[in-house]
Amino acid sequence: MDWTAFRLSLELAGWTTAILLPIGIIVGRWLATHRFRGRGFIEAFIALPLVLPPTVLGYYLLVSFSTDMPVGQLWHALTGEGLNFSFAGIVLASVVFNLPFAIQPVQRAFETVPGHLREAAWCSGLSPWRTFLRVEVPLVWPGLISAFVLTFVHTIGEFGVVLMVGGAIDGETKTVAIAIYDRVQAFDDEAAGAMSLLLLVVSFMAIGLVYGLAGRGRSVGVR
Amino acid sequence: MSASLTVQLRARAPIPLQTSFQVAPREVLALVGPSGSGKTTVLRAIAGLHRQARGLVRCGNLTWLDSSRRIHMPPQQRRVGMVFQDYALFPHLTALDNLLLAMESGPIQGRRERAHQLLARVRLDGLEQRFPRELSGGQQQRVAVARALARDPNVLLLDEPFSAVDMMTRERLQRELALLRQQIEIPMILVTHDLQEATALGDRICVLHEGTSLQTETPERLFRHPSTPHVARLLGRHNVFTGTIIRRPEGERLAWGELELELGRPSGMPQGARVHWYVPDSDILLHRRGRPSRGERENPVHGTVTECVVLGAQTSVTLHCHATTANIRLSVSTHAARRNGLEPGAEARVSLLSSGIHVMTPLSEADTARD
Repeated sequence: MDWTAFRLSLELAGWTTAILLPIGIIVGRWLATHRFRGRGFIEAFIALPLVLPPTVLGYYLLVSFSTDMPVGQLWHALTGEGLNFSFAGIVLASVVFNLPFAIQPVQRAFETVPGHLREAAWCSGLSPWRTFLRVEVPLVWPGLISAFVLTFVHTIGEFGVVLMVGGAIDGETKTVAIAIYDRVQAFDDEAAGAMSLLLLVVSFMAIGLVYGLAGRGRSVGVR
Repeated sequence: MSASLTVQLRARAPIPLQTSFQVAPREVLALVGPSGSGKTTVLRAIAGLHRQARGLVRCGNLTWLDSSRRIHMPPQQRRVGMVFQDYALFPHLTALDNLLLAMESGPIQGRRERAHQLLARVRLDGLEQRFPRELSGGQQQRVAVARALARDPNVLLLDEPFSAVDMMTRERLQRELALLRQQIEIPMILVTHDLQEATALGDRICVLHEGTSLQTETPERLFRHPSTPHVARLLGRHNVFTGTIIRRPEGERLAWGELELELGRPSGMPQGARVHWYVPDSDILLHRRGRPSRGERENPVHGTVTECVVLGAQTSVTLHCHATTANIRLSVSTHAARRNGLEPGAEARVSLLSSGIHVMTPLSEADTARD
């Protein structure tokens, strides 16, 4: 059992989720409440990581993270370090890869809130911020938790993109999914089995939680 | 002390508006018009929810909208009580909490007491802890009314508040609103497409079409004196005809085909003017067979019944007038229709009471060309 890889995966998932949750809420709510030209294009862009092979996404990220490219140059100017084969690099790659998991459940949840409810809240004297906290969040929280859990679990199990961008550096970029692959290659079935079982249990619990919340969300019964 | 509401709205797009009216404290103005006539948009513009509207919305000395001075208050600052068509109750809050959320800060005990009082006023005491999904349509509507009042608004706006309930509940709720309004001292605007409802609840009715307010009057005056043939049509009135004003030594007359009709009051139109005119159902008197009665000499019209539609206790009769080739429609009790042998093909006589004849507008060039 590679506890270093497991701890690294948890850290990666924690950072990715922390960065993506506010982005998911802002972008998901915006997409749910605004109609404009080019909306479909933005939604398609967000959904792209769902269908794109992780190696393809990883390849493009690897290229754009290099110090010859603007993103890599900017990071280098800010921190003095490169993005490829670093923990920061795999966090950024995970953020991009998990965009649909963080945004789509939030967007679906906000879409179920009738526009009249917001207007009723404004006419009742509630500011937009209080409307968000007192009316919208209580109605969409199952969607927010879903986005949170899905992003977290999906990051823990991530393989292709992390391997492409981060390689497999012990304690820096070697996550538990890569460690499993590594152990199988080394015919260490016992360690690979233990880590796989751990991922299976964590994933199952998370997905159970998401489905449980989805059922609860349905029973709230938004008119 | 409550203040009256002044509304002057205009907009070109996305929904054209050209509307102006005033509503006094304690007064109910019913906004009526067909679907898509801009009723709800006017209400939303008053509440500050429709931002494209230009013009003026003023409540007493508070200016909520004045586009010439670039004033556009957000809904939160307008103190408007709004009852939405689908009620828009917060589904995660109980009836009581729906009201508490709409109340401004202050001691919680005081707010609770007032929320309980308001719910009692709409006869919902005992149901304070129910969630909206646990209430019937009528009860939800009453929570929505109580919530709209919870903010102590300067204006109460009701957007088709009875459209989502069944007929029986509707009648009961209309009665309750009529009782409740006696205790409310602010201007109220009721949006409805139901003329009966507008007549029952509105002190005045404003007829809207394609965002333009065509006429604002008391129901009685509006139904007797629609300002144009268009308004008459929107109100579902029949018996709009064209005629010519002529002067005779004995007074002003309205030439209608071969007939010359007496007028109850001066039309204000010049000699020879071609005009639209209207006579309400209630001012068409059916002559009883073989039993002459008072008023039979007043503007008698002879014709053949072309259609007889029994609508319960009333029968709608269409009469083709021989002297004018026009069709008059009148409503008589089904009993009277039978007794007088009214059926398609039968001959009948009616009188158009001169006091009911309402001369509307002169014919436009387009009308004359059609004529």
